Amino acid sequence: MLQTTNLQYAYAGGQALRFPDIRLEKGEHWLLLGQSGSGKTTCLHLLGGLLSPIAGNIRIGNTAIETLDRRALDFFRGRHIGIIFQKAHFIRALTVEENLLLAQQLAGEKQDKSRVSNLLQRLGIGHKLKVKTDKLSAGEQQRVAIARALVNRPMLILADEPTSALDDASANEVANLLEEQAAEVQATLLIVTHDNRLKSRFPHQIALQSTLP
Amino acid sequence: MNLLALSWKNLLSKPLSLLLSLVLFALGVGLISLLLLVNRQLEEKFEKNLAGINLVIGAKGSPLQLILSSMYHIDAPTGNIPIQEIRPFINPRHPFIKTAVPLSLGDSYKGYRIVGTNSDFFKVYGAETGQGKMFEKTMEAVVGANAAKALDLKIGDTFFSAHGLQDDLEMTHDHASFRITGILKPTGSAADQLILTATQSIWAVHEHEAAHQQEDHSNELDIQRPLSDFPEKAITALLLQFKGRNIQTLNMQRSINENTNLQAATPAIEITRLYSLMGIGADALRWLALIIIAVSGLSIFISLYASLKERRYELALMRTMGASPFRLFALIVLEGLLLSALGYLIGIALSHGGMQILAGFLQDTYRYTFTGKVFLKEELFLLFGAIAVGFAAAVIPALQASNTDIHETLAER
Repeated sequence: MLQTTNLQYAYAGGQALRFPDIRLEKGEHWLLLGQSGSGKTTCLHLLGGLLSPIAGNIRIGNTAIETLDRRALDFFRGRHIGIIFQKAHFIRALTVEENLLLAQQLAGEKQDKSRVSNLLQRLGIGHKLKVKTDKLSAGEQQRVAIARALVNRPMLILADEPTSALDDASANEVANLLEEQAAEVQATLLIVTHDNRLKSRFPHQIALQSTLP
Repeated sequence: MNLLALSWKNLLSKPLSLLLSLVLFALGVGLISLLLLVNRQLEEKFEKNLAGINLVIGAKGSPLQLILSSMYHIDAPTGNIPIQEIRPFINPRHPFIKTAVPLSLGDSYKGYRIVGTNSDFFKVYGAETGQGKMFEKTMEAVVGANAAKALDLKIGDTFFSAHGLQDDLEMTHDHASFRITGILKPTGSAADQLILTATQSIWAVHEHEAAHQQEDHSNELDIQRPLSDFPEKAITALLLQFKGRNIQTLNMQRSINENTNLQAATPAIEITRLYSLMGIGADALRWLALIIIAVSGLSIFISLYASLKERRYELALMRTMGASPFRLFALIVLEGLLLSALGYLIGIALSHGGMQILAGFLQDTYRYTFTGKVFLKEELFLLFGAIAVGFAAAVIPALQASNTDIHETLAER
């Protein structure tokens, strides 16, 4: 489902980062582990098409995303990849519901209010539909972020440190929800983290080693 | 949820900066539109009242005052001119003069001017009675459409005129009353604001005044007799229409001004002079309005640009949700366009509402009707201009937004 070969990236003036080859099957849940500065976020952005690699291939489903042009890549990402960031960010002028509807609209999907409210119900925040996102607690915000990543039923969910800003209870809950919801839409889930609380629950793990090739 | 709705919500989320941009924009647009409206309507009034008059003869003094008082009925009248001196011009067999309209000014009723004249006045201004009939005797009067409405005068009503143009009880000619015999149809010209009577009526009022102990003169002041029969009397001004333009008519003004105690003035020239006098003020206001619009454009630019800094993350986020760079560009441009279009609408509403209010004051002061209910072609151009300003103000922030580096922005912690 997700496969990379010989993936490399270099920052301007910096040395090239080389990433281990990754191979994830449909519906699998993985952790991508590594110390700070080991290139975890860079790797996630490469997989999400937010950065272009200097070498190597990324195949998601049947698409080699490094071959897509910018417009096609934006569209592919909106449609097939759900991304969750460490700190949940939203369009502040919009309510929870409007943020999710916008995610559908930008991905070229039909705006489906019942899908949005069902999803929020299942994540336990159905009553926050008409609330502005900055009125939510950190845990609630992370749930809305999960909902936004899932709303278009992506085949790949990428989560960047989704639990590191949360307390134990919330972190546990968010991890549960991520697993449940990914399973529900049969998406492949890849969590980038250095959060030890998660290591015990995900048997599939990839470790990023030294940054030098 | 679509881009337009998102733009709108983004604007609404910053109500104060939205308000500032809108107020500035509306002010600039409103001022320009108001200038256009006043200018256009004043010009229309002036054009309409030119009424084919080639030359105005009156007492020596300011030519502009002569034109304003005798043709537009807005300035104080000039002095009197004796019939004796204008005899050649009121001769119906004059080789070059088609029409000579005598005017006797200076009296009024409740602020509306009473003009002594003859039937030629109505031909020149294309005025006819809508109700009742023309005056046929001294002390009969017809009243212009607007004046009749404002004064609530009906056929058969009588009133005393006042000396001077103010509504002043002390100065009332209370020995001879006028009787309304007709009300004129609206003409769109100065005639609408006037009360019109025979020249002889004005004389009759003032004779009463001078010698009201003596017997009644009104029989002698028969309005069927030509003015040239009263060489010892005087009028205020004489409006002339020429039969055609030739060297003699061109010379007439100069020869009157140089060889007689009279003054002759050409309406078209004086009005052009007036425009150029008013034009300076109008130009200054127009520049002011353009500067306000430029400042409002700047305020739109600054508020969009400043908002980009705090919205960088949102914009990057939209890219991760599938928005192309062009969508981000369109989002910001839409915000600029929405602001300018809305500012334009508010500005136009302000100017037309303001004009409607201003019309009341202008009517009280000048007895002219203005309206805020007409829309000009120029206001459509103004819309294009407003949209262009909105676009220009938004284009740099929009380009900046479309160039948002997703990875760098999102990697910031």
